[in-house]
Amino acid sequence: MADKVLMKGNEAIAEAAIKAGCRHYFGYPITPQTEVAAYMAKRMPKIGGTFLQAESEIAAINMVYGVASAGLRVMTSSSSPGISLKGEGISYLAGADLPALVVNVQRGGPGLGGIQPSQSDYFQATRGGGHGDYHMIVLAPSSVQEMAELTVKGFELADKYRMTSMILADGTMGQMMEPVSLDFDVAPAPEKPWATTGTGLARKHNIVNSLSLVPEQLEKLNMERFERYAVVKENETMYEEYMMDDAEIAIAAFGIAARVSKNAVKEARKQGIKVGLIRPITLWPFPDAPFKKAATHVKEIISVELSMGQMIEDVRLASECKVKVSLCNRVGGMIPSPEQVLEAVKKANSNGGN
Amino acid sequence: MIVYDKPHALLDVPLHYCPGCTHGIVHKLVAEVIDELGIEGKTIGIAPVGCSVMAYDYFACDMIEAAHGRAPAVATGVKRADPTKVVFTYQGDGDLASIGMAETVHAAARNENITVIFINNAIYGMTGGQMAPTSLVGQVTQTSPYGRDPKLCGYPIKVCELLSELEGPEYLERVTVNSIPHIRAAKKAIKKAFMNQIEGKGFSLVEVVSSCPTNWGMTPQNALKWIEEKMLPYYPLGVYKDRSANAEVQK
Repeated sequence: MADKVLMKGNEAIAEAAIKAGCRHYFGYPITPQTEVAAYMAKRMPKIGGTFLQAESEIAAINMVYGVASAGLRVMTSSSSPGISLKGEGISYLAGADLPALVVNVQRGGPGLGGIQPSQSDYFQATRGGGHGDYHMIVLAPSSVQEMAELTVKGFELADKYRMTSMILADGTMGQMMEPVSLDFDVAPAPEKPWATTGTGLARKHNIVNSLSLVPEQLEKLNMERFERYAVVKENETMYEEYMMDDAEIAIAAFGIAARVSKNAVKEARKQGIKVGLIRPITLWPFPDAPFKKAATHVKEIISVELSMGQMIEDVRLASECKVKVSLCNRVGGMIPSPEQVLEAVKKANSNGGN
Repeated sequence: MIVYDKPHALLDVPLHYCPGCTHGIVHKLVAEVIDELGIEGKTIGIAPVGCSVMAYDYFACDMIEAAHGRAPAVATGVKRADPTKVVFTYQGDGDLASIGMAETVHAAARNENITVIFINNAIYGMTGGQMAPTSLVGQVTQTSPYGRDPKLCGYPIKVCELLSELEGPEYLERVTVNSIPHIRAAKKAIKKAFMNQIEGKGFSLVEVVSSCPTNWGMTPQNALKWIEEKMLPYYPLGVYKDRSANAEVQK
């Protein structure tokens, strides 16, 4: 087994990005993700890479746009209020079909909110976040190991589909330390004949652009983009099922909420309650299949979230309203306890179902 | 004998600019400089949002279309991705001095090794003639219908003067293109701004005082006259910074 090192989640993202071949990082300080920038500031100069503290999150995402246009792997990271500022740039990345990695280590909102963990940017991430019809590939790690692995995966998927990948983590994932193995196989970046690297007077000029003034053409571009999204949905959806085979109650949870929920599942099972966990790893594309299946044999799905109930809408859509879906949540930087989740499970168990 | 030829770096396509607009002249000057320096194959241009948004269709080099005001940040990314490439932005006054002021100031402060061509025509042209950060006091526009009132919206921004206070930038010059001698001087400045980048000297910005006959409501000739009589007294031509030449600031 590969050697493991003890790392913070934020540091694991940074080191994994370097392992994935990313040599350009642009960021702006914001709690609770600043360790990503601090780590990059130390490492990048030693490996011939670029770390640049931008004047704002807006500038940072546009620097990302520049490096992505030049065809190299590039990333930025921020936390909730900063991601709102990046929304413009993320929309432009989508419009120009540029690959990039954006990390959101979420904190409580809205507005300046707080600095403690949250999952309340789920809508923003899974619906795109900026203006226009588009998606990002949204990856939700629930361990430091996954922070690292999904970072590598994020770069690979971004290149493969010419999309932005977002790591949707939270303050706990960013700050907690766990042993992590950084021994990955990384798929090399594909050829990017569209990149603006200079014509060398050997080809027609490349244009990176999101402007399209003729409605018929802009419609076609949107249609083609969504055909690509359909392939992503078909091939790249990821989730984990835990004790779902005989489950009569299902919990839906991602990230830190999934870890808490897993403890609650173990305790409930000890008490003889048949409960399982479905943990989406890709939030977009959302894993509809396990929820559709669960809806045929559970009497209730409990969505455990650090938000006022955002993923719950996708759970309802995926289970086609065939089963009761309830919310178990804490917000504002608070985290549900295993006991709180267990109580919700017991309550569901005492109900007769639909 | 060929006495004049269209520069290779400018594609042979119809430009969409209004009659009498000076964008065409500045496009040609930039393209001539790219030709003369033999850098078309390794140059990447960044187009703004505004009248010159479609500059990406006109220059023969690789082109990127940036979000409004963000061209210096995008250029920073492109240049950092490969410092051997030549990277220029082409931006108007709304783009560079209003929504993109932060990106402009910080690219200059970092002495980012890029070339910025700044078109100052004192108005938002693309959206139909609204007040710009560089619109003159008293200037009538769609959003200052009674003339720009400094009590209400302050004074026009002098970009070269403002940036010249920074340690960072290498070269700042204001030129205009309202006469043949001025066009020649403008070309010299643009060439220097590209040469500086090739020589690794850093951030070079050329402000080109330009005309917008359509939105100024003037004939092309009167617009050129208006530059001379109204704009140049407020926006004096000259070199505002030239660190390598250690030149004194001329006003």
